[in-house]
Amino acid sequence: MSTSPIPDPIAAGLAAGWQVTDCASLTRGATLEADVVVIGSGAGGGVTAEILAQAGLAVLIVEEGALRSSRDFKMREADAYPQLYQESAARKTRDKAINILQGRTVGGSTTVNWTSSFRTPPETLAYWQRQHALSGYSEQAMAPWFAMMEQRLQIGDWPVPPNENNDLLRRGAQVLGIPTAAIRRNVAGCWNLGYCGMGCPTNAKQSMLVTTIPVALALGARLLTHARAERFVLQGDRVASLQITALDAQGLAPSGVTITVRARHFVLAGGAINSPALLLRSKAPDPHGLLGQRTFLHPIVICAAVFGQRVDAYAGAPQTVYSDHFLHTQPIDGAIGYKLEAPPLHPLLMATTMGGFGNAHAQTMRQFPHVHGLLALLRDGFHAGSPGGSVAIDRHGAPVLDYPLTPFIWDGVRRALLSMAEIQFAAGAASVYPVHEMAGHYTSWRQARSAIEALPYKALLARVVSAHVMGGCAMSDDARLGVTDGHGRYRGLANLSVHDGSLFPTSLGANPQLSIYALAARLASSLAGSLSQSPAGERA
Amino acid sequence: MQRRSFLKLGLMAAAGVAAGGGLYRVLHSATPGRFTLDGEAHAVLAAIAPAMLGGALAATEPQRSMDIAGLVRGVQLAIAGLPLAQQKEVQDLFGLLALAPARRLLAGIKGGWGEATAAQVAVFLQDWRLHRFATLQTAYLALHDLMLGAWYGDAGHWAAIGYPGPLPELSPAP
Repeated sequence: MSTSPIPDPIAAGLAAGWQVTDCASLTRGATLEADVVVIGSGAGGGVTAEILAQAGLAVLIVEEGALRSSRDFKMREADAYPQLYQESAARKTRDKAINILQGRTVGGSTTVNWTSSFRTPPETLAYWQRQHALSGYSEQAMAPWFAMMEQRLQIGDWPVPPNENNDLLRRGAQVLGIPTAAIRRNVAGCWNLGYCGMGCPTNAKQSMLVTTIPVALALGARLLTHARAERFVLQGDRVASLQITALDAQGLAPSGVTITVRARHFVLAGGAINSPALLLRSKAPDPHGLLGQRTFLHPIVICAAVFGQRVDAYAGAPQTVYSDHFLHTQPIDGAIGYKLEAPPLHPLLMATTMGGFGNAHAQTMRQFPHVHGLLALLRDGFHAGSPGGSVAIDRHGAPVLDYPLTPFIWDGVRRALLSMAEIQFAAGAASVYPVHEMAGHYTSWRQARSAIEALPYKALLARVVSAHVMGGCAMSDDARLGVTDGHGRYRGLANLSVHDGSLFPTSLGANPQLSIYALAARLASSLAGSLSQSPAGERA
Repeated sequence: MQRRSFLKLGLMAAAGVAAGGGLYRVLHSATPGRFTLDGEAHAVLAAIAPAMLGGALAATEPQRSMDIAGLVRGVQLAIAGLPLAQQKEVQDLFGLLALAPARRLLAGIKGGWGEATAAQVAVFLQDWRLHRFATLQTAYLALHDLMLGAWYGDAGHWAAIGYPGPLPELSPAP
């Protein structure tokens, strides 16, 4: 039963007759048909579903997670992580050295992200044109798609002053002459609560859950939840159908029911781990050995600090100030650059992220309201020293991401920890703790600097996390560089497109949601045009 | 030193994590996939709790025992939300720790878990934390995340760290 006083657009839509099927409730299999099947309901799938439904196409959306909404979002980590994230927010690389945050719910990661909205940096687009044969991806060519999605998702300047957690980044950087700027957000009527990562309880965040998915459903699109896309059945150069495994209500085990879906066209938008894995399970053509390769993570390292005053890093909009200074201190293909942001801190995430145990850990946790967090997001994929990771499938067909942390990346980790510690001391920190199993709580910049220089940089010692998975189905005009072309069409399968972050040939150097929205809008608009022109009777 | 002799076991020790887990599965026919916390695994968790949580646990009885019982429940709940493949890995880890030879050789705990002091367990945790075998490092990190995550995710422990919790109007206590 709902106890929330907030109107719930999902409950209203269901009452109005949206066609949503929770596959956990099915007791026998089915065969369904649609013009287009969209796999995944996150940034890529949500935008695609809306545009195709508006073009009059019969759309079927397939989502592995559950349909949850504001009435379910209680801002409690212990409930939110198992319900809304891939693998209970504990998805990891093969060696378990990197923890990956990805959504698994209707709306995908957009339901649980921190609302940071950046256009793809112009230097990243220029690099793609230059190095990855993507002639159509100039800043000018993308600008109208960014503008369209900014308007659609109410992305704009955030008028409220930053919380102390973010303002400490601004003030510390200012002392050191390091420029910062304000992060734009996709919100409407935001209450400034600070719980975006657990699902927005007020529907202010303009995620796919409350924007594109409801429009698509209102236009007659169908949505399957607890539906895992298992494999494409291929016939010649076409996808004949998609096999779906229904999951149990908890989303953990197959229920035993399978569903077959046939369509004229399939759009894959399962994210940069699950999309390549589905293609690998399906034995999709990959003559150049590119599928699942060059997977990028924006590896993140963290520096915590204790301040005399309260920081209350759990309260208020989570990420509102950033600095790109260290992305620009060297060429894009030089030593790895990094973006600085101030993440929200909540008890469970902070307790698991902070290293150590026993009294030392308890002591840090008791200072919770005074703890400040900074993160550095490393821009991987622009240098031979950061070739990224690779997605493979294990003997059960589950995705496994191998991501070697190279000396090139560790050099960036060390420099990033130095930058963050210096900024925190400049902002007045009493002590600084770079999150590393062998680090201490340093009480001066001089002490922190020599310690950070001396720490061993190895997997499982320095804490590395990721919230941005990109690549693996890279697009390129050149078939030797990408399994997809500049229109997101999968090479060798005439009726398959990819519309998600797996298309990116490198990482972005910015939080990816707006890049995925704009790219999906562009690709889906083009796809809608070509599907509307071709005869419906073309169905195999 | 006796205590550190287990560090010298080399590859045999690392292999033991996998083999011990497999052996444990043969000996204990749990429901395939889903994690179950049996008596021995329960004792492991209860013995590690004071070392992992330190001063966060109540210092005196009966609250201390209630804290540990609550933590064990929280860890079980957290594990139940993990994918089945991860539940099996955690099952193997607890199964291994419950086996007497592994307890002695890998964790350096001589007697039973019930008799281990917090100081002895802390030595074991610190050894695994910085161990040269990645398997033991990841096992330490799994214990760290499961136990500290379960503890601080519990609303009952928020007041002690000065966290007011979410807006009660939108998130009444369950």
